[in-house]
Amino acid sequence: MSEMRRVSAICNGTVIDHIPSGSAVQVMRMLHIDGSHSNPISLVMNVPSGKVGRKDVLKIEDRELSQEELDRLALIAPSASIAIIRNYGVAEKRQIELGSELVNIARCSFFNCITQNPNEPLPHRLQVVSQDPLEIRCAYCGRAQSLAEIIESLI
Amino acid sequence: MDLITMDDLTNEEAISLLDDAERLLPIARGDVHLPLLEGKVLANLFFENSTRTRLSFETAMKRLGGEVLNLSEVGSSVKKGETLYDTMQMIDGYADVAVIRHPRQGAAQYAADAVQIPIMNAGDGAGNHPTQTLLDLFTIRHGQGKIDGLNVVLVGDLRYGRTVHSLSHALGRFGASLTLVSPEPLKMPPEIVKDLKSSGCHVEESEDLAPAISSADVVYMTRIQRERFPDEAEYEKVAGIYTLKAEDLRSVQSDMMIMHPLPRVNEIHPSIDSTDHAWYFKQAFNGVPTRMALLCRSLGIQIPEAIV
Repeated sequence: MSEMRRVSAICNGTVIDHIPSGSAVQVMRMLHIDGSHSNPISLVMNVPSGKVGRKDVLKIEDRELSQEELDRLALIAPSASIAIIRNYGVAEKRQIELGSELVNIARCSFFNCITQNPNEPLPHRLQVVSQDPLEIRCAYCGRAQSLAEIIESLI
Repeated sequence: MDLITMDDLTNEEAISLLDDAERLLPIARGDVHLPLLEGKVLANLFFENSTRTRLSFETAMKRLGGEVLNLSEVGSSVKKGETLYDTMQMIDGYADVAVIRHPRQGAAQYAADAVQIPIMNAGDGAGNHPTQTLLDLFTIRHGQGKIDGLNVVLVGDLRYGRTVHSLSHALGRFGASLTLVSPEPLKMPPEIVKDLKSSGCHVEESEDLAPAISSADVVYMTRIQRERFPDEAEYEKVAGIYTLKAEDLRSVQSDMMIMHPLPRVNEIHPSIDSTDHAWYFKQAFNGVPTRMALLCRSLGIQIPEAIV
């Protein structure tokens, strides 16, 4: 059964397909979608997919995510496919890309980093040292950050 | 030019700074007066205790005719909750260059991002201490005649010891073989070991000091830092674990150097002080010429080829 029969097509908005199975809730957190004050959301998890085995799909109605918002997803869903939907049709396909630095996306998780003082005004900066395998370090203190720590520390 | 970690210097730049420091030695010793930094102001920003680093930067600046501002946490707005960012905005207007030591890791990079003037990291938590590394390299070159391809043993608190974080990085780049001797809870952070290995450095980790020193060119001792332990009981378990006495040196190489960033507690017995292996007090003095070289470099001041 395809996911298209599980949830109906949307008229306008964004479809994020091929999210790694089980990660859709994290994707929502990264996009600051908490479900209570947002547009209609359709969430499909663990559906069979020819491309990646099993996958999650997220459909966000009446909201076109910006490239900057989508690039955040590169951390947990680097192979996700993004479609911007207008009037039930795919108006644009977008690629997501993990840049060399994540600015104000997550805080450094190291307890003694200078950025732990909430009054310090400079941006939180995490540097992508390597994409495969993923290796991310705080630009200030240099501590390596695991993906789980980054997700815990999302801004 | 900021100096936050040793990554801010190429090997060639590091060697060139050591050469500059060599030329500045007569001024560092007070034998020659040459006010290369007259009219310049250094801000010494020590948010954490220091003896040698603060004083040697101050001596370096004064021997070159410059002025020094000293800020400590006590008696400043820092105690009132001022952010580092705001403090740095003041310093940007008051000084031409600043040296910062701070208990929080990453503070030096943060300070450098906040201001225009050059910033030198004099220790950020358990992070880095690159100006110490330059004086260590300067000392090693004096004792061994070179800094590349040496067999170096780093001993003690490798987890929290920022001097060994910066030094191992530099030695690795100069092709050293490193033996990292520490108790299990104070092992070198894994990201540093990974970086060392991926730069081609030969690294061995051990808990046993005695077998490591016989073939060493340099044995670099460090203090187990009580102030970095969250728990006194954890500190007591490892305090005093590595000590060197003169009688331990019977089978070492004749030119083996014992170094220590100081202060020492009981890592090096005073019986070693009078041996040719003792380099730690010369090492402390070497902070003056190397920091002179760094100050001149960061302020864009040329050092004359010959100083007499």
